[in-house]
Amino acid sequence: MSQRQRLILFSVAMAGLAACFGWAASGLPGFGNYPGPYGPVILHDAVAQTRATGVVSAVNFDYRGFDTLGEEFILFTAAAGLSVVLRRLRGEREREPDREPETDNSNKPGTSAAVKVPALLFTGPTVLIGWWLASHAQANPSGGFQGGVTLASALALVYLAGEFIAFRRLSPVMLTDAVEAAGAGGFAVIGLIALAMGLPYLDNFVPLGTIPGSVSSGGTIPLISFFVGLEVAAAFTLIIGEFLEQTLLIRRGLWITSRSSWSPGSSPSACMGS
Amino acid sequence: MPSLPVVVPLIAAALLLAARPLATYRRTLDLVAVGTSGAVALILGFLIFRTDHSGSYWFAGFHPAHGIAVGIEFTIGPLNAGLACLGATGMTAVMVFSWRYFTQVGTYFHVLMLTFLAGMTGFCLAGDVFDMFVWFELMGVSAYALTAYRPEERGPVQGALNFAITNSVGAYLTLTGIALIYGRTGALNMAQIGAWVDRHPPSGLVTISFLLIITGLLVKSAIVPFHFWLADAHAVAPTPVCVLFSGVMVELGLYGIARMYWSVFGPGLGHRAAVGHVFLALGVLTAVVGALYCFRERHVKRLLAFSTISHAGVFLAGFALLSPLGLAGAALYVAGHAFVKGALFLGAGIVLHRLRSVNETWLHGRGRKLPVTGVLFTAAALGLADLPPFGTFLGKGWIDDAAEAPAVTLILLACTIVSAGSVLRVAGGVFYGLGDPPREDERMAAEANEETGETDTARQRTPLSMLAPLALLTVAGLAVGITAMDPHASDALLAAAAQFQGQPAVKPADVTVSSVVTGVASAGGAVAVGLAGLYWRRLPVLRSLYEPGARGLGLADRFQSGVINDYVTWAIAGLACLGGVLAAIIR
Amino acid sequence: MVAWILAVGLHGIVTSRDLIHQIICLVVVQSSTYVLLLGVGYVTGGVAPYFYDISQRAKAVDPVVQALTLTDIVVEAAVTALLLSFAVQAHKRFGTLDPHELVEFRG
Repeated sequence: MSQRQRLILFSVAMAGLAACFGWAASGLPGFGNYPGPYGPVILHDAVAQTRATGVVSAVNFDYRGFDTLGEEFILFTAAAGLSVVLRRLRGEREREPDREPETDNSNKPGTSAAVKVPALLFTGPTVLIGWWLASHAQANPSGGFQGGVTLASALALVYLAGEFIAFRRLSPVMLTDAVEAAGAGGFAVIGLIALAMGLPYLDNFVPLGTIPGSVSSGGTIPLISFFVGLEVAAAFTLIIGEFLEQTLLIRRGLWITSRSSWSPGSSPSACMGS
Repeated sequence: MPSLPVVVPLIAAALLLAARPLATYRRTLDLVAVGTSGAVALILGFLIFRTDHSGSYWFAGFHPAHGIAVGIEFTIGPLNAGLACLGATGMTAVMVFSWRYFTQVGTYFHVLMLTFLAGMTGFCLAGDVFDMFVWFELMGVSAYALTAYRPEERGPVQGALNFAITNSVGAYLTLTGIALIYGRTGALNMAQIGAWVDRHPPSGLVTISFLLIITGLLVKSAIVPFHFWLADAHAVAPTPVCVLFSGVMVELGLYGIARMYWSVFGPGLGHRAAVGHVFLALGVLTAVVGALYCFRERHVKRLLAFSTISHAGVFLAGFALLSPLGLAGAALYVAGHAFVKGALFLGAGIVLHRLRSVNETWLHGRGRKLPVTGVLFTAAALGLADLPPFGTFLGKGWIDDAAEAPAVTLILLACTIVSAGSVLRVAGGVFYGLGDPPREDERMAAEANEETGETDTARQRTPLSMLAPLALLTVAGLAVGITAMDPHASDALLAAAAQFQGQPAVKPADVTVSSVVTGVASAGGAVAVGLAGLYWRRLPVLRSLYEPGARGLGLADRFQSGVINDYVTWAIAGLACLGGVLAAIIR
Repeated sequence: MVAWILAVGLHGIVTSRDLIHQIICLVVVQSSTYVLLLGVGYVTGGVAPYFYDISQRAKAVDPVVQALTLTDIVVEAAVTALLLSFAVQAHKRFGTLDPHELVEFRG
């Protein structure tokens, strides 16, 4: 289709779809009149049932914990997929010079101190905030995702300070993989422990504590949140790291364009990056 | 217990990733993957026959109070557990096949396959619309990554992009539908939404929510005009993975549609017969389009992919008859098809492994040195053509019986003949050197050496670990048919279908004479089409038809353009049309 | 509002000549689902469903849609990251990011 044909077809179809949408929306209750019953039941029971004052966390890690397990593994899978797609291909490896990347830093302009100093200064507090967020899901609007992403951004700050080498040292792929696996797998195993105790999968088997919203309340909620934090932090570190690596690879001109660049005799088989 | 089919592969995937330093022990990886998928298949097999239980499993023990579900439910019936079991069985066969298939394979392949398996089983068993979406996405993300498993070539990268973007658009529309229905009913549990819909008159909200929710599923199941991505993705994904894409993933999309219809929206749509006719028409259209594209294809994997589209249309037609017999027929057909299509893809994989090409023209006669593979491939192709006693013939027969419309029967028969005939043409040309030797042309030469990166360089003999799964899948295709001919088995299947639809089973499903005759005729017709495809140059009638036909091919190329923008445009256009038709019916 | 975001995103995907742009448009499409989810769960005058320092009987908005949105966001992040990695490889293989120029399959 030409761009014009496409646009015409799209406009007509979208008009129809918008009409459908309007028809559907006419059946919705007015804005601000959510009818329930799911939400109100949860709001009514959550604090009593889970001793968590963060009801969204209670939904995420307890009532609908199984969704969250799937979602963790989506992130896990995406990170694994990214490692597959962005692995060093054979051609790219062969072209790589023997010298270590460290020596490359000498001929690149250094990061300005105006960026470097604040970035490094903020790294510590960011780690703290991330940790705090990941471990207080039961109390307030925080949780594993928020904490994990914050932790990963602390590592991104290290990179921003121009310390890619430090970034890689702090997060070698082996380690991030292991942490990721521990986070996602740990979540799944917590559910399995409940199963082993004769309870339904992901049942909240840890004592709930007495004071709603305190550190020890919520049973498995903070525990799961912690593992989710691990998983999210590691996954995002891995994702950021893979993309940064690609940037370096492309900047150094080490990439291959297509399979035609293989020499005919060699077996063009896929290799996994180390 | 019902949670294990999802959780076990997930934990295994995490373990494998954590154990990457030990990845040099390749056989350990393979053993873990084969063991896990085999165990999952066994658990699911056990769940199919478990009768002591209502089939509901509430995660974290949140049972519904006063009809309001607060937790997530797994609803396990024979049909969905059976479909999940089919997926796990296919996965086991594929993992055995992969044992010696890939030159070098890292942990990631196994990790992605295991998460894919978990996504499939979770999707099948979920009794909650949002949970279904989550596992659907996990299946999708794993599938996108597996498609791009060889990013050093152009095809996989483009195929994965087309696959991922088209399917993501569909998935987000599904989520929009979920949000809409939630906004009115305040429920995510299927049974609860279904009960609400049942109590209220048909409305725009219900209709459009249904339409949007099934959009993602229509894309996944490659129903015309949502189908364009499929051939691109299946042609380039690693061949073992294609077994699951074609044999199970597409069918899962259709299962999702059937589930949404029967468990949730069906009662609220009113005018059931008319809605059924819309989907019947869509199914027939898909069957025809898939068959035509299949016939003109020379890339064996793409050809098989188009035949999958054609069969997806037949399955949809089976569901759309809205009777237990139609659904039971479709279910049986899905099982029979999954095994023979899996066998065909594995055969294509062996050809690629040994001969380093999947171009039909180039391969002409070169498959003679693979006699065992040739026999099995041909047998599976005949199974695809509904030859009794493959499971496909009985499934198709039941669909025909349920349709009670000679026109539908004839069209579907023609589609099977053409698509299976194309596969038989491949079998005859490649493995037996039948037909006129092809003329070399440029495109062929260019295509002939594609795909070489996927598997090892040509070996002298085919490893047993590759032949055995091929043989097993072919035999399983036969076994499904033979089992289903047993009255007890067919009654159980029919009862399961009726239970899925929440209606009483009316008439027993028999092996009728007409289904045997149709099956034999279908296989005979397919052989004839295959031979005609091989010897057309000698037949003046066909030669005279060639010229106008070639012009039509050019037009066909323009639809299957490989441009994501087009695919998304067609999907939106299809959605709008479907919305218009449904609106006209419901109003 | 939601339909508008959806339409803008879909329009972007359909007309885009740059993969990165197209992927971001996909994110826009998904953003419409966040707005819709949060919108359908809104209760006029409701507070956020966190009862750390307020009464448990306070009128609050629906917590379920908020949890769903959180899940949705993570899904989006994962899918986007994967798609961007495909785009990186597409640029390496084809030397362009224009979806019309990715020509491995025609017909």
